[in-house]
Amino acid sequence: MKRVIAASAAASAAAAALAVPGVALAADAIAGAVQKQATNWTAIIMFLIFVVATLGITYWAASKTKSAKDFYAAGGGITGFQNGLAIAGDYMSAASFLGISALVYTSGFDGLIYSIGFLVGWPVILFLIAEQLRNLGKYTFADVASYRLQQTPIRTLAASGSLVVVALYLIAQMVGAGKLIQLLFGLQYNYAVILVGVLMVMYVTFGGMLATTWVQIIKAVLLLSGASFMALMVLVTYNFNFAALFQAAVEIHPKHLAIMEPGTLVKDPVSAISLGIALMFGTAGLPHILMRFFTVADAKEARKSVFYATGFIGYFYILTFIIGFGAIVLLMNDPSYFKLGADGVTYDKLKDMIGGNNMGAIHLSKAVGGDLFMGFISAVAFATILAVVSGLTLAGASAVSHDLYASVFRRGRVNEVQEIRVSKMATVVLGVLAMVLGIAFEQQNIAFMVGLAFAIAASANFPIIVMSMFWKKLTTRGALIGGFLGLISATVMVILGPTVWESVLGNVKGSAPFPYDNPAIFSVPLAFIGTWLFSIMDKSQNAADEEAAFEAQYIRSQTGLGAEGASH
Amino acid sequence: MQRELTTKIRNNPKFAELTSKRTAFGWTLSIVMLVIYYGFILVVGFAPKLLGTPIFGVITLGIPLGAAIIVSAFVLTGIYVRRANSEFDELNRQIIEETK
Repeated sequence: MKRVIAASAAASAAAAALAVPGVALAADAIAGAVQKQATNWTAIIMFLIFVVATLGITYWAASKTKSAKDFYAAGGGITGFQNGLAIAGDYMSAASFLGISALVYTSGFDGLIYSIGFLVGWPVILFLIAEQLRNLGKYTFADVASYRLQQTPIRTLAASGSLVVVALYLIAQMVGAGKLIQLLFGLQYNYAVILVGVLMVMYVTFGGMLATTWVQIIKAVLLLSGASFMALMVLVTYNFNFAALFQAAVEIHPKHLAIMEPGTLVKDPVSAISLGIALMFGTAGLPHILMRFFTVADAKEARKSVFYATGFIGYFYILTFIIGFGAIVLLMNDPSYFKLGADGVTYDKLKDMIGGNNMGAIHLSKAVGGDLFMGFISAVAFATILAVVSGLTLAGASAVSHDLYASVFRRGRVNEVQEIRVSKMATVVLGVLAMVLGIAFEQQNIAFMVGLAFAIAASANFPIIVMSMFWKKLTTRGALIGGFLGLISATVMVILGPTVWESVLGNVKGSAPFPYDNPAIFSVPLAFIGTWLFSIMDKSQNAADEEAAFEAQYIRSQTGLGAEGASH
Repeated sequence: MQRELTTKIRNNPKFAELTSKRTAFGWTLSIVMLVIYYGFILVVGFAPKLLGTPIFGVITLGIPLGAAIIVSAFVLTGIYVRRANSEFDELNRQIIEETK
């Protein structure tokens, strides 16, 4: 079955290079070697303005961050609209901005398939879990999962799921940051990673969730404005005539008409569905995203958050599609954006772009807005990374302090001051760890990490959240076994899959014991079945008590009675 | 939450009405989204050429369809929020009111 339907589009050399295993999610990580560029002062000055402004906000946020609720959840005082922007900010990483436009640039329609997968999880989050999450939780999704189950095992499970997802995501972002900054600013890789690490630790330790949220909101507004301007300039060039834009792209692009239909991104139906499951349900299991639901006052604001977030994210993906086509029509025929061959005239449109194809959006910003605008877009790309890693670090630190320290080690016998102190210490440790790993992984192939993070989020975190909300027979034993089954099976299948087994570990092509890049189609059902089976087999008194406690939980989750409100 | 309060809400017919309506609505919209998305993915997997059918100049069927799926995700969330903000929130308010 596998790869039967693969060869639909004639794969040019570049498409083949792009279709290495793992590309399905690779566009979310900046991979491959890059060369350091000349120091870009316009971009550096604009970025410094952003840093000064966000540090100002952090200073303000620090003065308002006193209680644990302020630190973890911005006091619950973020509005639905602001939170929608912040969620969109968390989701629109620099790698997705540059990576998806690069995918559109090289393969056209495939970029659209990819963005759709990232978007469609949001409506389902809204319809099934957003309001219940808000009504049951306090600071982390472990609050929801452990609501009527035993604290120690369930919080350990949830914290493990959170930390693994955060670590993978964080390493991918750090390596991406280092490479991107080399390209955009001409800074050394190591300096770039350290700069990002130091700034994110400052935002999170001093300003907590309030600062992290506002950094995210500002970045989202800057990114959406910049991308809108670029798309607008592309459309203006063609007098808003889409047919003319696509016509020109088909004529210029070396693959011609093939860019207007599905290409090599989706290899076979099993891979396609597996990717879809990972993207859709992984989104609903990302700890830094779930944490955002506790920053709003009530279920109504939580639901509005998702509505706005879906709108902003969908709009952003439409922009990246136009930007990708803009890069085709405005850059491909201009030799100044390419490394020329030995003859000084010829170049490969899909392989020789200066800085690699991930630079397409950046080059396009120069083509439509000159050096000043390119400086702006470069600074926004850097700001974007900074905002995303801050959110991730806060989520990781919360899992350590709120779940592991306060609930598991101290069994709830802890005051807020101690808990926040541990959270800040955890932030510093995570920051240092992220810098060390970011530097250690510079030369590694990290493209699989975001895919693995989504697969684990979908296989370990999502089943436990959904079942704890809706299934009264869920027991601690069932959740624990099912959750770890999802976590371990997803990890093992990724390691045995073609991306890690062949591309990372260097085994012979075709030797991978597990044939698919994405394990979600197997690991997600495995987690659900494991959870179900070990719950119904659990005949202990404990299981009976947990079932009896479901009704009160259900009433709170549905009505919001007794839920955490805003503190100011 | 006190046991008394729980019993009171459980016995309120409006609570059953709220949860059954909201659950049914949430699942219906989820299924609509899943059918749209996996329908699209299956076409991509099994019949990619269908999406390459030209409809206007070089523009293929896949382009407006892809854009429509993005728009549909937003529209579906809008439909849910609209009904939840009015009907469900009102029912919920009444339940809490009657519990006091």
